[in-house]
Amino acid sequence: MGVKLLLEKAHVPGIRGYDVYRSEGGYRSVEKALKMAPADIVEEVKKSGLRGRGGAGFPAGMKWSFIAKPEGVPRHLVCNADESEPGTFKDRYLMENIPHLLIEGLIVASFALGSNATYIYIRGEYAWIVDILEQAINEAKQNGWLGKNILDTGFDCEIYVQRGAGAYICGEETALIESLEGKRGNPRIKPPFPAVKGVWDRPTVVNNVETLAAVVPVINMGGEEYAKIGVGRSTGTKLISACGNINKPGVYEIDMTISVEEFIYSEEFCGGIANGKRIKACIPGGSSVPILPANLLFKTAKGETRYMNYESLSDGGFATGSMMGSGGFIVLDEDQCIVKHTYTLARFYRHESCGQCSPCREGTGWMEKILKSIETGKGKMSDIDLLWDIQRKIEGNTICPLGDAAAWPVAAAIRHFRDEFEWHVNNPIECLNRNFGLAHYADEIHVPVTA
Amino acid sequence: MSEQQLFKVTIDNITIEVAPGTSILQAARSIGGDVAPPAMCFYSKLQGSGGKCRTCLVEVSKGSEKDPRPMPKLVASCRTTVMDGMEVKNITSPKVVDARAGVVEFLLLNHPLDCPICDQAGECHLQDLGYEHGKAGTRYEFQRRTFKKHDLGPYIQLHMTRCILCYRCVFTADQLTNSREHGVLSRGDHSEIATYIEKSLDNDFIGNVIDVCPVGALTDKTFRFKNRVWFTKPVDAHRDCPTCSGKAQLWMRGDEVFRVTARKDEWGEVKDTADGKPGWICNECRFEKKAANDWVIEGPSVINRHSVIAQGHYLGLKKPEETIVKVMSGQQPRFFMDIHDVSGVNKPNIELSLINGPATSDVFNETKKD
Repeated sequence: MGVKLLLEKAHVPGIRGYDVYRSEGGYRSVEKALKMAPADIVEEVKKSGLRGRGGAGFPAGMKWSFIAKPEGVPRHLVCNADESEPGTFKDRYLMENIPHLLIEGLIVASFALGSNATYIYIRGEYAWIVDILEQAINEAKQNGWLGKNILDTGFDCEIYVQRGAGAYICGEETALIESLEGKRGNPRIKPPFPAVKGVWDRPTVVNNVETLAAVVPVINMGGEEYAKIGVGRSTGTKLISACGNINKPGVYEIDMTISVEEFIYSEEFCGGIANGKRIKACIPGGSSVPILPANLLFKTAKGETRYMNYESLSDGGFATGSMMGSGGFIVLDEDQCIVKHTYTLARFYRHESCGQCSPCREGTGWMEKILKSIETGKGKMSDIDLLWDIQRKIEGNTICPLGDAAAWPVAAAIRHFRDEFEWHVNNPIECLNRNFGLAHYADEIHVPVTA
Repeated sequence: MSEQQLFKVTIDNITIEVAPGTSILQAARSIGGDVAPPAMCFYSKLQGSGGKCRTCLVEVSKGSEKDPRPMPKLVASCRTTVMDGMEVKNITSPKVVDARAGVVEFLLLNHPLDCPICDQAGECHLQDLGYEHGKAGTRYEFQRRTFKKHDLGPYIQLHMTRCILCYRCVFTADQLTNSREHGVLSRGDHSEIATYIEKSLDNDFIGNVIDVCPVGALTDKTFRFKNRVWFTKPVDAHRDCPTCSGKAQLWMRGDEVFRVTARKDEWGEVKDTADGKPGWICNECRFEKKAANDWVIEGPSVINRHSVIAQGHYLGLKKPEETIVKVMSGQQPRFFMDIHDVSGVNKPNIELSLINGPATSDVFNETKKD
């Protein structure tokens, strides 16, 4: 059994309410943190090596230390609960089951950053979670953890929940800030970064739900203890939301030392591929990270075992690796069509592009149309190269990472599954009735031996 | 500002000194020529504009003197400020040329290319951009997107299909007028400029959205289909206007004033007036004053731009001599007929701007109408 830090108490009956949460040791970290100096808390988080759990994996302590502290200007902490990445539902699970953990983390982080008004920006589709969070905030307030002069330290803090209106792009931190300010959710051009000019031009830190919840064990255990869990620069535990063709879809907490193979096949986690099928491909970190065929998923290109952590999953770069991303683990079995799957993702990104900058606005629509024509047997061989060229011209040339997120899945699908695309083009009628199947995608990779 | 405060920046191997806070694009424009990246959405007179069209992408091969690392991605030169010792590659970087060709292709993807019937043709930035940085053909094989038509009132014509979503008109309405009535609706490739509920734009300075629009998406209804811009001659003129500076440019043919615009510089932006403020003009000057005697004409204006309209000015032009008389050894040319008497097309009583779409023979065929 691995270590559990976040979801350990998630199944205690009544943990959603304040009394049970408190009796299970909740809000200890606030008691501890409010006796510390804010700078020491930031130092503790830095020591823990906690990395942002939203997708990019940027060290949280570093992000906190970047916040500008001009005299007389309020600072803000914003919790990014706009979890809209297809395949990712870990924050939802956390907020639904153990909302006080997030509130606790938010109070500690607010104190460390000096935020007297903290916001939770939650996606509009999570309408019922708003009620859960607001109830938790009210309970925390009644018990003196929020409001004026918390624990007689003179620190005031209020937490507000703001609902989004159903846009994926508002998960991007600057678009989230725009939306929070009540404007159209268009990403801002950086610099200035939110740490300097964020909400209402005030210094702001935007963190993912899981990152902020993880602050609680960091403070309780101490940064150095926390850093001992996990491996290398992947410290602590990570929530993985596993879905797709597996026997046991759900949210799992892992300590980043297990291998991908174990994660998929062990009874403790995914429990193997559903209906006794074989695995064909997997997206290990949410829909925007590169898809990997089965052979590259379990072993890296060098023939080493691939583990569930930041470094190992990205081993080999984009050529033969992928990313940890947000932890949306999507498994595809041998009956799944990669072309159709890529088309579905392209359609999603086309629909969610904000339309602000031209490569993303026009390119995502173009890719979707081409993928649709290949999927429906109307494609040409040149379309595959065209797709490659389009994604290349979107990637890196846009204002925000949505352009990259739209380009990577298409690039990876062509990189690893080009023969499936070609099969679709060459067999325009057959491809409507039958899938390409597993083919050679699970075959052992030949590892060149150096003399 | 003292000498030491200036930043040294090298763009395409040309080194200049600029004040701190200058954007790479502005620095490149001060060098001018091919070094200046094209810009479709950036407008120096509008706060917050830029960064959206991605045509001005440049490569920063050296960040600054202190931190010489190159920037990992191409950056939008309009929104990146220069650092001391920065080295920038524009046309000397194959990466930039490639990315820019890609952006031009993206911008033209859903553009209708209806230049032959577009009033902007001849002074269109997208035409210039496509001509200078684009490829000859398109690889797009699908239907181009269309929009439901929106009526923006008696003065401004909106062609949403031509729009490249530069947001300039949104900034203009925000910064020049009392209230903004239009904006960007929807998102992604269906986002459009519109008033949510059909409403006419008639704020005092709203006509300036026509001037800032880089393409033919917002055009002047009072000039619609009246003439091609390269046939009209630009002259500087002014009038005593209570609302604006009254300094404008008239586009004339003979004695007729076809349209009135603000005066623009070589980058297509509104010129500053003597007091250093941008010379925006009001709706009255732009739409109502269409008689030559409303204005005091200062003289022909020089258009310092590479588009077709630069061909339309008088300065430096030699007046062509009458050669027929010389060739025919003193004989005068003789008219067989006056085409205007017999042509069915020349019907001045038909108001072309009231026709929805380009004029066809049906419009002139009076017998058919009866």
